[in-house]
Amino acid sequence: MTTTVDTQDDTQHEKRDARPAVETDPLAQDTLPSPRGASRRLLGSLLHPYRKRVALAAVLLLTQQAAVQAVPLLVAYAIDSGVPAVRDDDNGPLIAVAVAYLVCALSAGVLQATFIRISARINQNVLLELRLRIYRHAQALSLDFHDRYTSGRLISRSTSDVQSLRELLNEGLQEMLNILVSVVYIGALLLYLDLGLGTAALLSFLPVLLLVRSFRRRSAERFLRRSTAIAAVIVKFSETLNGIRPVKAFRREQANDESFETLNRAHERVNGDTILEMARFVVLSRLIAAVAVAGIVLWGAQRVASGDLELGALAAGALYIRRLYDPLDRFAMILNNYQSAVASLEKVAGLLSQRPDVPEPEEPTELPARAAGRPGREVVFDDVRFAYRTGGEVLPSFRLTLPAGQTTALVGATGAGKSTLAKLLARFYDPTEGRVLLDGTDLRQLAMPELRRGVVMVTQEAFLFSGTVAENIAIGKPDATRDEIERAAKAIGAHDFISSLPEGYDTDVRKRGGRISAGQRQLVAFARVVLADPSVVILDEATSSLDIPGEKAVQEAMVTVLQGRTALVIAHRLSTVEIADRVLVMDAGRVVEDGPPAELIAGDGRFSALHRAWRDSLA
Amino acid sequence: MSASAEAPAAPAAASRKRSVVRSLLRLWPYVRPVRGRVFTAAGVAIVAASMGLVMPLVLKWIVDGPVTDGDTAGVWLGGLVLLVVGVTEAALFGLRRWLVARPLTRVEADMRSALYRHVQRLPVSFHDRWPTGQLLSRGTGDLQLLRMFLAFGLTFLIVNSATILIGFGVLLAQDWLLGLILIGPVVPLIFVCWIFEQRFSVVARRAQDQMGDLTTVVEESILGIRIIKGFGRHRSQARAFDALTRRLMDTELHKARLLAAIWLVILSLPELFLGIALVVGVGEVADGALTAGTLVAFMTTAMTLRWPVESIGFLLALCNEAATATDRFFEVMDVEVPAEPGTATAAAEAGATTGDGLRFENVVFRYPDAAPDSTPVLNGVDLHIRPGETLALVGGTGSGKTTLIALVPRLYEVTEGRVTLDGVDIAGLSRDEVRRRVAVAFEEPTLFSASVRENVLMGSPGSGREDLDRALAVSQAEGFVGALPAGSETEVGEQGLSLSGGQRQRLALARAVIGQPAFLVLDDPLSALDVHTEARVEAALREVLATTTALVVAHRPSTVQLADRVALLSGGRIVAVGTHTELLHGNAEYRHLMTGEHTEEHNAYSEVAAR
Repeated sequence: MTTTVDTQDDTQHEKRDARPAVETDPLAQDTLPSPRGASRRLLGSLLHPYRKRVALAAVLLLTQQAAVQAVPLLVAYAIDSGVPAVRDDDNGPLIAVAVAYLVCALSAGVLQATFIRISARINQNVLLELRLRIYRHAQALSLDFHDRYTSGRLISRSTSDVQSLRELLNEGLQEMLNILVSVVYIGALLLYLDLGLGTAALLSFLPVLLLVRSFRRRSAERFLRRSTAIAAVIVKFSETLNGIRPVKAFRREQANDESFETLNRAHERVNGDTILEMARFVVLSRLIAAVAVAGIVLWGAQRVASGDLELGALAAGALYIRRLYDPLDRFAMILNNYQSAVASLEKVAGLLSQRPDVPEPEEPTELPARAAGRPGREVVFDDVRFAYRTGGEVLPSFRLTLPAGQTTALVGATGAGKSTLAKLLARFYDPTEGRVLLDGTDLRQLAMPELRRGVVMVTQEAFLFSGTVAENIAIGKPDATRDEIERAAKAIGAHDFISSLPEGYDTDVRKRGGRISAGQRQLVAFARVVLADPSVVILDEATSSLDIPGEKAVQEAMVTVLQGRTALVIAHRLSTVEIADRVLVMDAGRVVEDGPPAELIAGDGRFSALHRAWRDSLA
Repeated sequence: MSASAEAPAAPAAASRKRSVVRSLLRLWPYVRPVRGRVFTAAGVAIVAASMGLVMPLVLKWIVDGPVTDGDTAGVWLGGLVLLVVGVTEAALFGLRRWLVARPLTRVEADMRSALYRHVQRLPVSFHDRWPTGQLLSRGTGDLQLLRMFLAFGLTFLIVNSATILIGFGVLLAQDWLLGLILIGPVVPLIFVCWIFEQRFSVVARRAQDQMGDLTTVVEESILGIRIIKGFGRHRSQARAFDALTRRLMDTELHKARLLAAIWLVILSLPELFLGIALVVGVGEVADGALTAGTLVAFMTTAMTLRWPVESIGFLLALCNEAATATDRFFEVMDVEVPAEPGTATAAAEAGATTGDGLRFENVVFRYPDAAPDSTPVLNGVDLHIRPGETLALVGGTGSGKTTLIALVPRLYEVTEGRVTLDGVDIAGLSRDEVRRRVAVAFEEPTLFSASVRENVLMGSPGSGREDLDRALAVSQAEGFVGALPAGSETEVGEQGLSLSGGQRQRLALARAVIGQPAFLVLDDPLSALDVHTEARVEAALREVLATTTALVVAHRPSTVQLADRVALLSGGRIVAVGTHTELLHGNAEYRHLMTGEHTEEHNAYSEVAAR
């Protein structure tokens, strides 16, 4: 079993403000509640569309196992009936055996091959559906959820958890069924051959079952410890590599060697434990098998000697009994697969049981046509109150109107409620009370595509997707022509730097030479907005600053972006505030100052103080 | 972009393809310490496998002897032998596993530790070329595969080959005609299995790559969720995802078709020959040429041999994979750690220093993987930072500021020229010594999974509580650190609480100043701070800088204010040095960088981030 490692050197993790982990928040601890039996129901619903094929696969498997298990029976028949018949010059029974053997051999192979193909198709369809479900669900869930669940967990839900189900489906499940079916068949055949032998063989399975139970319990715990241990090793390893510069600059090599050694040896120990646990199971199960085989053969031999049992029946019995115990080693391994797959499915089921906070409207309305020549649309927060579900009121009831075409800057300390306000307007959340209106239409009544055509939110800590620069801009309008893309880039002032990249607009942003500075990323993000051409735009300004020319370029581009739109800007820099028509200073969820920037600067409120500090810093 | 597609093609292609055996032999130094156990285990496994072959013979003896003769005592004896053989087999199998379990996990851990130690000491330029994922997969997946190969693959390749030979010996000894019939399909079967494994592994690798691509899309769609939601682009992203999952599904189905074909062969072919043997055998028994017991034993042995024969192809493929894993491991281990200066220069370390400050003399730097005739990033930098002085380094995007300061703690080595600390060439000092004297705060502040205290004390392991408090006070971090759930003992980093960019930057600054280093190098240390905090940090930092020789990369006038003098880096050289006011009036490029006012000649911003 290999551990899939999903590290990417250049993916960016958006670091969020520190918020104390809420002890009772299940999201924070990766224990999303999933109703009892949710994993089984999930698997059931995934398999449901393929139930006919599943039934077909089951029939194939049963027939195939019958063909395989018939072989020792044929050997018995050949010895018991074939030999005397041949001696009597009757080749009939022998020919029958030969034909039956041929049929069994070929059909075992053909049935197995057919089964593999059919079951692979079912498995792949199930995995495809599961991947799509997780993906779509994750995309549909609110940002509040994403903030708390963290990207790392979501990524492991959609990769390693699906992977462990894949391993079970591809390798384990079929084997497991094979083993179960073969045990049932062999048991039945033994009973048919001889009631006594059969009963004895089946009884010998009781201690095996007990052994399996104890192994399951013990190994589950050890496997958990092992996966925790290897995870710790991986974290240390990748953290060192990702921070290699500080590691070297602060001479951490020695100390790192030591702490890595501790983690590595801890993993070595539990790794050994799990292997020994397996060894224990194998030895014990084989011991039981050895005793059972010896005992049954002994008993059978005595009965043959006393004429109570056919010799062929004993031979077949001996062959079968060995087969009965053969798959036990593999069974133990599959059991482990099974357990980890169930654990994964449970986590996935927990994720899928989360309901999106912002449901699509059942009867969507359309936005009224934009009046010709009027820039943007009017936004009204109509007695809106908002509280996160985890508690704590963020925005107490308030009213706010953003006239069409106005640029409003939001200013205030972290946690004042600026981004909550912005996210309500983008309908990343719905208000707890009240309505958010766009040209008089409640956002909740708009279908998502319609809403996103009207309102676009941009965070300036711009994430670039792998692909070309052009593709990254085209996120604003997927069907845009190259001409439109270039025009958007030119409008924003990004055309020059893009043209000077090694392959211009077709430069892959993840390849060497395609490295794009923070300021340039922001320009790309702006070009997206220009291309999308929404009537309302929400900008969440980056907190980390650029060099001065970069900042100037971004400021200039911002003016272009905001022009002709209703705009809400979460401002971290006062130079940004200066291009606004209106400033809202927020504190503890309330608007404490509201007015044109010049007016506020002239006053003696918080904004005025903030502005003075900024002026001083420029000196 | 899958991890494997990003594999540094150059080093991989350069190393000539070794033979499988030669590759695997390179594992010997790691296996050597546990060789006794490993060889014993292989021997034990052979004995255990032979026990499996003895079983049918005992069975035969019981059937032909005591049973036919009605000899009860003989039957008991036979049963006892059967029991002993069975128990011994079980015990030996257990012994084999027990013998290798601990030693081989140790080999795995040893190799992992060796890799970790090694990559930590490889230069930064190596890490620039090798993505983390590539190194990590060598340290996890590849090593796990090697352990599996040593514990299982290698042993069973030997054991199963031995079993096949012994088994066929036994068959031939009992009845050469039946034996020959059964040997018939063995060679073609092993060959077919081997061919299959080769083809299968190609498709399997393709599936893995496609899985990697899919993972990338998943990661991006989660990391970029705000953009996707912001533009309402669920659908187009979902389409891309959909296409990739379907491509993966096709590959997986291709794998299934190959599997189906091989199973058809594996299940049918030997069984057909077994059927022929049975018919011939029955004829022989009828003629009296063969006893019934022999036929039973024969069939039992033949069935016992099935797995060993089928497994050979798979085991050979595992050898192949293990050889690849070994090559991948040594591909990294073979990269040499740069040499440290010899003992001759060690005297320079101990020797008293002249107090000359930090000096760059005609420094030329080209990235190690850049073409030798390309324009160097730094092309003759001359710069002197006097003892106790603070110098601000200013330059446009991509001018090489970060590269220049990375030379001071020897994260990169100069291509030409030299850098001196108090008159001593840093190339003559050990890297450890250089880094002891120079403390750095990087532009992108990295915190490790440890407590705040441990993260800051990294800069000076011997420091105590007061030093910590002082350093936190300089970076104005005491306030938010105190408000963390467990104060300075709060776990941060990947595994702990995530802090904002500004908070991380302040901790990184505290880490740099805590050891009161002789030389301080700061890369735009205040870029993520808000105006108020920045002003307070600057005030506190001023006191630290008063007694330290410092080089500070600055993007903004406020940061430049910290410095005594400013140097302008442009076109790979220092083009101007002076006070902020002097340069502001006398240098157009500097004015542009500090005020954003455009001048005709300088539009540095639209220049590509070179490199």
